[in-house]
Amino acid sequence: MTTISTPGIGTDLRGRRLPKWAPWAIAAGAAVLSYLAIYLGGLLDGGWVLTAVVAVLLYLVLLAAVATGVEGSRAARNRVATSLIYSAFVLALLPLLSVVYTLVSKGVSRIDADFFTHSMNGITAFDANGGAYHAMIGTLEQVGLAALISVPLGVAAAVYIVEYGRGKLATAIRFFVDVMTGIPSIIAGLFVLAFYVFGMYKFFNHGQGGYSGFAASLALVVLMLPTVTRSCEEMLRLVPDALREGSYALGIAKWKTVMRVVLPTALPGIVTGVMLAVARAAGETAPVLLVSGGFNSINFNPFSGNQSSLAIYIWDQAGAASQYAPARAWSAALTLVAFVLTLTIVAKLLARRSKLK
Amino acid sequence: MNPPSLPGSTQSAEPPEREQSPWGPERRLPESTPAADAATTRAQEARVPVDLGRRKSLNGEKLFRWLTTGSGAAVLVIIVAIAVFLIAKAIPAIQGDKVNFLTEKTWQVPDRVFGVAALAFGTVYTAVIALIIAVPVALGIALCLSHYAHRTVATTLGFVIDLLAAVPSIVFGLWGREYLIDPVRDLSAWLHKYFGWIPIFGSDGPYGKSILLGSLVLAIMILPIITALSREVFQQTPKMNEEAALALGATKWEMIRTAVLPYGRPGLIAATILGLGRALGETIALAMTLGGTFVISWDVVEVGGNTIAANIANHFGEADDFGRGALIASGLVLFAITLVVNVTARVIIYRRREFRSAL
Repeated sequence: MTTISTPGIGTDLRGRRLPKWAPWAIAAGAAVLSYLAIYLGGLLDGGWVLTAVVAVLLYLVLLAAVATGVEGSRAARNRVATSLIYSAFVLALLPLLSVVYTLVSKGVSRIDADFFTHSMNGITAFDANGGAYHAMIGTLEQVGLAALISVPLGVAAAVYIVEYGRGKLATAIRFFVDVMTGIPSIIAGLFVLAFYVFGMYKFFNHGQGGYSGFAASLALVVLMLPTVTRSCEEMLRLVPDALREGSYALGIAKWKTVMRVVLPTALPGIVTGVMLAVARAAGETAPVLLVSGGFNSINFNPFSGNQSSLAIYIWDQAGAASQYAPARAWSAALTLVAFVLTLTIVAKLLARRSKLK
Repeated sequence: MNPPSLPGSTQSAEPPEREQSPWGPERRLPESTPAADAATTRAQEARVPVDLGRRKSLNGEKLFRWLTTGSGAAVLVIIVAIAVFLIAKAIPAIQGDKVNFLTEKTWQVPDRVFGVAALAFGTVYTAVIALIIAVPVALGIALCLSHYAHRTVATTLGFVIDLLAAVPSIVFGLWGREYLIDPVRDLSAWLHKYFGWIPIFGSDGPYGKSILLGSLVLAIMILPIITALSREVFQQTPKMNEEAALALGATKWEMIRTAVLPYGRPGLIAATILGLGRALGETIALAMTLGGTFVISWDVVEVGGNTIAANIANHFGEADDFGRGALIASGLVLFAITLVVNVTARVIIYRRREFRSAL
């Protein structure tokens, strides 16, 4: 690795190194010491969590001491840094694994036919059944409408940025697309609340404001538009200029070149970006909660009347005062995660098969 | 390479001498003037220097250009519209407020006494604690994925981390409230017993839905995002720099400290600020894991804590028209905070072009 051994010269140029088993021995020693002192000895009221934490800390301290003695301070620092980096890794995986485990173990209890075919209409706090059919319809319709609006708009905006945009306007648009990716989702919800639910919607509804699934779609558009634009922009930049020049050399107009050459070449990447945006939008709770109203029965019409969505359903059930509600919430969460992760995985696999890298 | 010059072109971006001498660029090199240079650069920047459809009066080219420009401008319109509509709805609420909206802590909308002080404090405080927990861990994982772990392992785990970034926040909220709350209650009691002399652990209960719980959930949520961003940044370190450090006899850690970290520093700062932006705007997970009080307290273990976004989610259902205006006014404050944070991050990223594709 970092040291060089020169065969043929009598002296070994390498410094003294700890034997390979030394870190393992130190780890075992630290674990035993921690177990005796904390777990059995009851120092600091320790349970097994504290035992593990103290064992890791002891390991780091002992390793630093031993390595400094044998190998010198630079190598010791290297060893401690390596251990810290690996323990950060394990530390982060634990809660994430716990989320997945809890989700699956608690979620499967209500994954049954009833759950996927029934709404919550007429379900009281004492009923164990009831499903999320209405919520799934809501999620699919809202996300689908949002994609219908945001994909053409986002792709066109990306085409402008990459193919046409020059000067201050293009720089401003590029910058604010980036800034817009960071807008909190609840702000999008509040905006649609002011703009559509208690604004534009009055024109279609005899002067009355009202919640609807379409309002949720609009909020999701605000969130999806920058994501779609950014990913599409990246893909368009990857299209080789030689393709464009070949098309121009044949006398093809610029807009036809974009439509027939550039966009088809970038298509797999664009699809990936759109799917990732859809996956993110499907899980959004806050904006949908503010503008779609939530509803216990089935409503197929997203343009009028309250509509539920899986995310709102989880929120409702998690807060409901019924002993059966948490199980429904977990099952809905599992359904939502399965939907989102399937989209994400398919999108990532598509991206790997894309020719543009 | 020379683009075709068509007779139909009325306005050509090329330097004029090209039409007189069609011999290739090297013949023109000696007589290149600054003006001609600028024109050439401009011609290279514009992907098609000749507008091919200019003769027709109403044509696809113009229409297409219009459509794309309009879509691009829609982004600017939306940002401005968000600000305008929020301000328009917030003004009546702030005017109807009997106390100063920015300094009042309580939220008693029916009495017309409400303010954003405690909420804004809680928003920033919770997000900062989450960052303090998440950033070192995220850096460790990112380094592990980019420089330590075996390539196959790193690719697989990187994929898993990307997937976790896609898990909806409500799932983390549900997990925090149903599962994490018990360990955190024990942890709070333990922290108070042994570290109670530190003011932030000073409270002797009740424990449970506290800033500690909220920040932990938030930290776990922003961890994948910061990790993914900083891994991208670390992977862009030039191999030459790394090998040069190793060739000078640096240990692996010294190589990381002298080659990888300095190169990635702007990217790391930007990733952290982007994570902060996410944390500030996070709504549902915090609405489910914070206690929802209206006090300014540095204590992290006691039941309590609140943020602007969580307050909106929790109080929206019961709000009337005026109450919604008040919530929108608080949302305006959040919008301003996150806008400043995001613009800062973007300005840092724009200084280093190579990071833009990653972040």
